[in-house]
Amino acid sequence: MAVQRKSDIQILDGNQAAALAAKLSRVQVVAAYPITPQTPLTETLSQFIEQGDLQAEYVAVESEHSAMAVCTSASLVGARTFTATSSHGLAYMHEMLHWAAGARLPVVLACVNRAIGAPWNVLNDQQDSISQRDTGWIQIYCRNNQEIMDSVIQAYRIAESVSVPVMVCYDGYILSHTEMPVDVPGQKDVDRYLPSYKPHTTLDPANPKNYNLVTLANPRVGVEGKLCHGYMELRYLLQEALQNSRETILQAGKEFNEIFGRDYANMFWEDREEDAEIMIVAMGSLAMEAIVAADMLREEGIKVGVLGLRVFRPFPKSDVVRALRKSKLIVVFDKNISYGSEGATCSEIKSALYGTYINAAIRNYIVGLGGRDIKARELVDATRKAIASLKETVLNAEYPEWICQI
Amino acid sequence: MGTRECNHICDESSPGIGEAGKTGEWRIFLPVIDHKKCIPSRLNKPTCFLCWLYCPEAVMTKGIPVAIDLEYCKGCGICAQVCPAQAITMVYEEKNPG
Repeated sequence: MAVQRKSDIQILDGNQAAALAAKLSRVQVVAAYPITPQTPLTETLSQFIEQGDLQAEYVAVESEHSAMAVCTSASLVGARTFTATSSHGLAYMHEMLHWAAGARLPVVLACVNRAIGAPWNVLNDQQDSISQRDTGWIQIYCRNNQEIMDSVIQAYRIAESVSVPVMVCYDGYILSHTEMPVDVPGQKDVDRYLPSYKPHTTLDPANPKNYNLVTLANPRVGVEGKLCHGYMELRYLLQEALQNSRETILQAGKEFNEIFGRDYANMFWEDREEDAEIMIVAMGSLAMEAIVAADMLREEGIKVGVLGLRVFRPFPKSDVVRALRKSKLIVVFDKNISYGSEGATCSEIKSALYGTYINAAIRNYIVGLGGRDIKARELVDATRKAIASLKETVLNAEYPEWICQI
Repeated sequence: MGTRECNHICDESSPGIGEAGKTGEWRIFLPVIDHKKCIPSRLNKPTCFLCWLYCPEAVMTKGIPVAIDLEYCKGCGICAQVCPAQAITMVYEEKNPG
């Protein structure tokens, strides 16, 4: 469908795109602590608020743990909240990430992906957000600055529909500090897309409630005489919410397209998968690099496609099976490592394919940790090496290979 | 019938007495007040209300003399500790098994 709208192309880095998106989403409370490479994002937001361009409360906190505590509290009284962090900041926030998800509060967090110590490193990989995989947050990864802008706006739509917090992840420096053209949505259109936040429950002195008290293992009859959830029923509901969030994510992406003319009705991006015998899987900005690698391999007559993971939680198992159904070889590049096992996205792909008729060989490469540059040429070489390894007839290598100089 | 019918998606409840059950069942030592030892602090009446003030479970009544709601007293002994007249003693409570 052709969408008639005036575009407003601005040259923005990833942090500016995220800050503008939060502003356009009319966030009411921002609580954040500066950390490289997220700092310019929070600086921009505090400037918006200070100048009166954004009607919101900026809570200057002493730590990321407190930042998320402020966000959960503000969300519980009915405010749309935003925070952003990176690396050690996200790790420090870990406990409160569980609280936001467990209390089913639609906080949106921008994670500017950065490596984690030891040793100290401020450059990019995805170990930080992957380490928060099991906190019950929806995770969306961006390939470019336009996707950062669009994903933050969609994140509120998704989070507030399913009552699950959303983490929008984008690569530090590669996106956060790199300028590129971004079509900035108009405020009226965003207002149309994003209705005001209606909390599933509200902390209100006029109607006192207890929230998240010590909850015993078994269900118990509350003071109103109703059988209330035990701890396990609440955990089940969180899992159920993530399991069922796929439809909401697709719908949010579809309606985004209807208003803004950019289609996000997908769980991942597919490039030339129709005739591909070899699929490259990558997440974040690396998925763009993989398209360049696929171009180079296609020039040699090798039928390569790319699956660029967008939504990592919930993991789109059945969609992945559909996209990889014709693959003979799947080459997964991970900018993270689950020590003693393999890259996190590789494990997910293998898990999705188990028990299906797809019997493709899978090769996993760990790349780009701590900002190690990864060029399309290196992805091409690794893919060629994976093709050569098919002679060994091993479908599932036990451990990944690393692209480094050890 | 499952818990879904409570219609909550996070742990949420209305404040009420006994939200965590009859916590008096947790008690091992029973506070016993000797009201004759209570010292006057207000209107020359024999109570100072420090036990009422310090009780973390709010099971002390503010009447004169003070009384303890044993359904919810966990037997923590703070009242005995803060009592300036040593009017409260903690007594081991024999309970029926189970």
